[in-house]
Amino acid sequence: MDFLLVHFAELVFYCLAAIAIAGAVGVIAFRSPVHAALSLLGTFLAIAGLFVLQHAEFLAAVQILVYAGGIMVLFLFVIMLVNVRTIPQEPQYLARLAPVAAGVAIVLAALVGVGLWAAVRGGPVSPAALTAVQGQAAGNTEAVGWSLYRDYLLPFEVVSVVLLVAMIGAIVMGRKEPGREGA
Amino acid sequence: MITTMHYLVLSLVLFALGVTGMVVRRNFITVLMSLELILNAANINFIAFSRQLGDLTGQVFAVFVITIAAAEAAIGLGIIVALVRLKQTVNLDQVSVMEG
Repeated sequence: MDFLLVHFAELVFYCLAAIAIAGAVGVIAFRSPVHAALSLLGTFLAIAGLFVLQHAEFLAAVQILVYAGGIMVLFLFVIMLVNVRTIPQEPQYLARLAPVAAGVAIVLAALVGVGLWAAVRGGPVSPAALTAVQGQAAGNTEAVGWSLYRDYLLPFEVVSVVLLVAMIGAIVMGRKEPGREGA
Repeated sequence: MITTMHYLVLSLVLFALGVTGMVVRRNFITVLMSLELILNAANINFIAFSRQLGDLTGQVFAVFVITIAAAEAAIGLGIIVALVRLKQTVNLDQVSVMEG
């Protein structure tokens, strides 16, 4: 029991990391898009848990609301809209490319990893800065909001315009073209 | 003791899996899901470094990444719907010409 209490953070991390990786493997391995989407949902939820461990409570809530609540529903709607039963089996020759793909992915990841390792120096500092507003102790949500609306107001507004453009683009692409027969 | 390195390694694994999925699978929907995996790996890095440096900027950037991911998913799925309407397929190998 003492072991559990002492190593609680480690246990939670390894459980969540295992769920996240298993979900990611499922996304690639499942042939049915619905199974892949539900597997991806598990990954998103595990990552939200990891955010909580890293003192990013606001981000964890956003992760669940936007990813699990929004993007996954969008994916599942489109999978239902597109009749996936009619999709033919993927051609066999791609199976031979799988080791090459894995090799390229590992090399890319290793390159990024070396760069990131060089960036990590020393242990983490106190998490107090992640919940402070102008040096005063507050909540993580309050601190992120303060930073977002004061230091990053212009990028925030630009991103909202990006979202508007994406919304209009999705509507334009999703509507039926009036000139096309049988569309 | 869980260090920033643990999170970076997890992020690398997710990134590698995402790239593998994008290269190996030919189903457009699965490729988009792999792309989401890659963006999530980036987010884990942002959060890990935010914790490491005690700087909120990483968390703010993660908010932006999530926003862009939502926009990308909406556009990508709109393209899928248009594609199925036009060619009745979501196989990327059968979508090799630009003219409709």
